[in-house]
Amino acid sequence: MEQTAQLGGRAVVDGAEIDGQQAEDWVAATHQALAKMDNVTIRTRMMGAGVYDHGYVIGYERLTDHDPQLDGPRHRLWRIRAKQIVTATGAIERPLSFAGNDIPGVMLAGALRDYLVNWGVSVGDRTVVVTNNDDAYRTALALQAHGLGVPAIIDARSAPSGDLVAAARAAGIRVETGAAIAKVMGKTRVTAVALAAQAGEGGVLEDIPCDAVAMSGGWSPVVHLWSHCGGKLNWDAERAMFRPDPKRAPTGAAGEGFVVTAGSASGALTTGEVLTDAFEAARAAIKAAGGKPKAGKAPQVTVVAEAPLEPVWLMPQGASYELRAKAWLDFQNDVKVADVQLAAREGYESVEHAKRYTTLGMATDQGKLSNINGLAILGDALNTDIPSVGTTTFRPPYTPISMGSIGGAARDDLFLPIRKTPIHGWHTDQGADFEPVGAWRRPYAFPRKGETVHDAVTREILNTRENVGLLDASTLGKLLVKGPDAGRFLDMLYTNMMSNLGVGKCRYGLMCSENGFLIDDGVVARIDEETWLCHTTTGGADRIHAWMEDWLQCEWWDWKVYVANLTEQYAQIAVVGPKARQVLQAMGTDMDLSKEALPFMQWADGRIGDFDARVYRISFSGELSYEIAVPAAQGRAFWDALLRVGADFGIMPYGTEGLHVLRAEKGFIMIGDETDGTVIPQDLNLGWAISKKKDDYLGKRAQERSHMSDPERWKLVGLETLDGSVLPDGAIAVAAGQNANGQRNTQGRVTSTYHSPTLGKGIAMGLVHNGPSRMGDVLEFTKGDGTFIKARIVDQVFYDKAGEKQDV
Amino acid sequence: MLTLTCPYCGVAAEETELTAGGEAHLKRFGPGSSDDDLETYLFLRENPKGVHFERWRHSFGCGKWFLAARDTNTLEVFGTYPAQSKAPPKPIKDAITAKRPGWSWREFK
Repeated sequence: MEQTAQLGGRAVVDGAEIDGQQAEDWVAATHQALAKMDNVTIRTRMMGAGVYDHGYVIGYERLTDHDPQLDGPRHRLWRIRAKQIVTATGAIERPLSFAGNDIPGVMLAGALRDYLVNWGVSVGDRTVVVTNNDDAYRTALALQAHGLGVPAIIDARSAPSGDLVAAARAAGIRVETGAAIAKVMGKTRVTAVALAAQAGEGGVLEDIPCDAVAMSGGWSPVVHLWSHCGGKLNWDAERAMFRPDPKRAPTGAAGEGFVVTAGSASGALTTGEVLTDAFEAARAAIKAAGGKPKAGKAPQVTVVAEAPLEPVWLMPQGASYELRAKAWLDFQNDVKVADVQLAAREGYESVEHAKRYTTLGMATDQGKLSNINGLAILGDALNTDIPSVGTTTFRPPYTPISMGSIGGAARDDLFLPIRKTPIHGWHTDQGADFEPVGAWRRPYAFPRKGETVHDAVTREILNTRENVGLLDASTLGKLLVKGPDAGRFLDMLYTNMMSNLGVGKCRYGLMCSENGFLIDDGVVARIDEETWLCHTTTGGADRIHAWMEDWLQCEWWDWKVYVANLTEQYAQIAVVGPKARQVLQAMGTDMDLSKEALPFMQWADGRIGDFDARVYRISFSGELSYEIAVPAAQGRAFWDALLRVGADFGIMPYGTEGLHVLRAEKGFIMIGDETDGTVIPQDLNLGWAISKKKDDYLGKRAQERSHMSDPERWKLVGLETLDGSVLPDGAIAVAAGQNANGQRNTQGRVTSTYHSPTLGKGIAMGLVHNGPSRMGDVLEFTKGDGTFIKARIVDQVFYDKAGEKQDV
Repeated sequence: MLTLTCPYCGVAAEETELTAGGEAHLKRFGPGSSDDDLETYLFLRENPKGVHFERWRHSFGCGKWFLAARDTNTLEVFGTYPAQSKAPPKPIKDAITAKRPGWSWREFK
């Protein structure tokens, strides 16, 4: 993958003779040869954005940015799993630090050359080149060859040599050696540079008029892809660069390196070096991937002798404060040499601290331009060298990539596919007000024309209490637990006994984590000698299924138990209210649904209407209630039949808000309302559901800890406002005095709060310090606006305390 | 984005197919255990830079839990083995010893 639109990198711009051909021709021929190979895919405008664990690479392809008329996506993210990765990421030219290096017209020498050679753009008529290496001479020669003026090459080195220097001199270009730019003149545009001695402090020798400055401080290999997954670097003092250390490559699953750098990314500088290094890199990668490289040798390059660079971190080396305060390191974040020196004086000696103090390298280029120069200035200020200062961490992506490419097709309806019950279509047709529950959408209420949601909830609740309501309960988890050891297994998972539950009977159960906290609840039905059906909360089905698998696979693997998640195999519909039995009888049934034949907390199989049904007599509302499971494919037909037959009895569906209010009126807890991961069953007065007979269950040991058995724990009570209004959700009950932080002490909090249509007033449940022994006490709850609301502690069961309505 | 080979179905699974399950070879302490043992079981973990044993589940594959021995620093994987193992099997221990002589992890070495 090639980041730009063209292959070949700088060789095509700078020119070179490779195997007797011009670089441009050699690149074109090589490209053509590769394109013909079946096992080679070439993508341009595609950046290697990141290298991750075990050879995982992401490629960021820009498909239409350059031509918005093209069809298709703008960007695409490729996810590749590679055996070996060769990173030929090149090098980035460094700026030089001299006063005024941010004035428009000052550019990197390579960039100025690219504009000229690639695009025919002249940045200025008279360009001064300032450098510490030979490469910038190419810019001077290119400018002159294109008929533009180069008033001077200012070379910091005292005795530059090499073919390019000789060529510049031969071309009649003035070369100042041991020289520096003291400062650049101009405000919105370069007008001249002040020439000084590099060894001095900025005393001006001469002003050289010009309108552009091409600067080069040397080249830094792009080591990002090498470093992303842990490749380490060495400091090469001679070349003044961090180079990948091939002995410390990022390692894959087998513990061997899986990234090889090639060319300038390895620290190679000349075309000859680059090709030799790349040739060896390719051979190494092929071998490491288990292949056999063909015999051959690296392409031969006509040598252009280059002299080494001389590290120059500040120009001139003794620049005064005035000059240093205008010598930019990070051009985007406005960080100057003087700023980094100040950071060092202030004690920000760690490179990570200095970076955050100055924001050096925190711009969108993430230090690609400025980091080495900044490290050198910091090292100098601390009287140490660059490797001792260290580098900051390279993190993917190499440059920012679009969120759209990351998201890809996972958007809109595909982002998180919605789970739908077999009856979902009816809910939608009715214009139900939906709420998310896990990945499901459940109807919150079914407002009629001209009715508010609140009014709908009230109507649905009253009708359920007076006539009969219908609830789509299909989302509740249904886990079948089967096997010779199933009873023993469920005794470990639930706090109460499930092994002694009679066939045909139902029992409410609680599950706790090993840390003792409540994680789920639901009704368990004993199907036969070896089979139990465990109902879980809607959001808990997958989690509890996984929880069961974990214990069966990893702890009690010799127990003979099989768990199947049947949640989506059945539609489950609750027929709730005083007329529930009449509706089912009117449907036509071969079942005896009387209290005597099918009492509360039992289940039976039979036919209801034209449907095979399993009928559970369980109630989350306190009313006479049948929860009926039919095969999922018949769910909608069953629902429609119940509505049709039930019409004579005033049947109305109700939503999740109705369900919540109905259960709160009965003082039933809801996982996620009364529990929040810090609540144990004992807090909710559910001690009756904790077996005293069992030696062990998950969470039992943790519940024996002193804090868990502390009588001072907040416990569940009912709450009623004195004025009948509704308490705010989550409101805190304040207590006398203040804590160490000067905040009001607290003594309780609201866990569920609703307006009860049945009782015509606000009702709530909450956890209160010593709550159950303080019946009748009045507490003050915060309203969140600085005012308080008074509520009395009452029994949490607001409706039909004796439980007579559900047991008829 | 690790790849780990599921010892049950043999699939070299991407990390997105897997669920991490924390440290392997925990010993459960239930009723009758000391506070210290319970604390160790519930909360105390190794978190080494180097050889480590972990629980993984091939959640979006065969659904099986398995154990992995790997180096948290180099990302090297020494091997995966069934969850039904009270201790790392000998081939796994040998593979670690070959690469990391003198290694130790909790009671294993």
